[in-house]
Amino acid sequence: MITLRDVKKSFGNNHVLRGVNLEIPRGKSMVIIGGSGTGKSVTLKCILGLETPDAGEILIDGKPAGQHDRDEMLARFGMLFQGGALFDSLSVWQNVAFRLMRGADKLSNDDARDVAVEKLRRVGLKADVADKFPAELSGGMQKRVGLARAIAAEPEIIFFDEPTTGLDPIMSGVINELIREIVVEMGATAMTITHDMSSVRAIADEVAMIHDGVVQWTGAVGKMDKSGDPYLDQFIHARAEGPIEAVR
Amino acid sequence: MAFLLNFLGAIGAAVLGFCGTVGRIAIFAASGVSHIFRPPFYGRELWQQILQIGFFSLPVVGLTALFTGAALALQIYSGGSRFNAESVVPSIVAIGMVRELGPVLGGLMVAGRVSSSIAAELGTMRVTEQIDALVTLSTNPMKYLVAPRLLAAILTMPVLVGVGDTIGILGGYLVGTERLGFNAAVYLQNTVNFLTGPDIVSSLAKAAVFGFIVALMGCYHGYHSGRGAQGVGRATINAVVSASVMILAANYVLTEMFFSS
Repeated sequence: MITLRDVKKSFGNNHVLRGVNLEIPRGKSMVIIGGSGTGKSVTLKCILGLETPDAGEILIDGKPAGQHDRDEMLARFGMLFQGGALFDSLSVWQNVAFRLMRGADKLSNDDARDVAVEKLRRVGLKADVADKFPAELSGGMQKRVGLARAIAAEPEIIFFDEPTTGLDPIMSGVINELIREIVVEMGATAMTITHDMSSVRAIADEVAMIHDGVVQWTGAVGKMDKSGDPYLDQFIHARAEGPIEAVR
Repeated sequence: MAFLLNFLGAIGAAVLGFCGTVGRIAIFAASGVSHIFRPPFYGRELWQQILQIGFFSLPVVGLTALFTGAALALQIYSGGSRFNAESVVPSIVAIGMVRELGPVLGGLMVAGRVSSSIAAELGTMRVTEQIDALVTLSTNPMKYLVAPRLLAAILTMPVLVGVGDTIGILGGYLVGTERLGFNAAVYLQNTVNFLTGPDIVSSLAKAAVFGFIVALMGCYHGYHSGRGAQGVGRATINAVVSASVMILAANYVLTEMFFSS
């Protein structure tokens, strides 16, 4: 379980997180929604340790994130980045097997490649993609490779940062389905950041909306449409009029 | 009064900013160097960087040295003829190339080629979140990206400069024997007799320091690149400019250390 207690983070005078409180239960898929620049990605980066919160606490399984052994903690995480963040200089299979070829339990090149090909197959890519380089792939294929890399070491917790941004609607649907299937199949805890409502409905068990640096609303995905929260209503129905200013 | 305070305040802010940058570079350098000696070691990345920084810089360093040595021979002959001292051409070409021009020009050429390339590569990795991805894959970017580049530059620059010195002397030799009428054997004999061990050691030591500066500036500016294409462009410019200036400054300090007595 991941718990955020009153997490605050500022960049100069820009107060991005003003006290985020959030609980992501083990084995559940939490989707965080909110407009651009509201602090979704910063929340995720704080959990991963890529940013250090100015105040507040982040607990992983009840223990402050800082007290976990960093490598052990990161070994439990998988992450799909918005742009894929694939390493240009490595082939597709080396990207997928990156973690497997390092550390105390590293696999041989042949074994790591076999695992990578299997994970690529799991995300719908053929074995002949394995030896290509990321620049040779389409955006949708890069996303799938990123997904294969995120699940390669079978992590307990997976983060998805805007998984469908930049993809056509059909490919978005494919990625959403894949994420849902993989999360259920692995029994992993998932946290997804998106503003694509089709992703929310396809992926989420729970939804949290961040607005102005705080969690505005949180609840089960089924309750989202009848929440009565004007901020959430405006966001999910894509209305220009409402409490959220269209131009921020 | 307010103008004076603003003026002094601006000077103070600039000095503080400069001190802050120097401090950040020093901490970055210490961290990068410490990762060279601490496992895990990334041999494949080190080998790639040795090729990238050292081997592929050979043509540019070689050509620079060749033409510099040749021009130096002409200049010394022309200047020396005023005092009937044309015979010093072999010795001055050798000492000029080995002590100063070989390491400095080699360092500057490699700064242009390698600092910019490292800064652009790491800057792009920063902008496209590849450096963040490394962290999430339990890989320390300082160890995986910075340490191999620093070590490769420290190891390969002395070799590059050694080759550059030799080619520079060869350039002087070709001009001296083919154009200025020196006897080949006498030219070589003068060169060998005049060069001393400390000349060569100082050349290679300067090269190692310049290599460190080139890689450090490329890594530092790339690693801390701003967002977007403009951020990467600025990181590249800063890397080349700061590496070049630091090489020239370090050259003076090292020359004082080696030859002031």
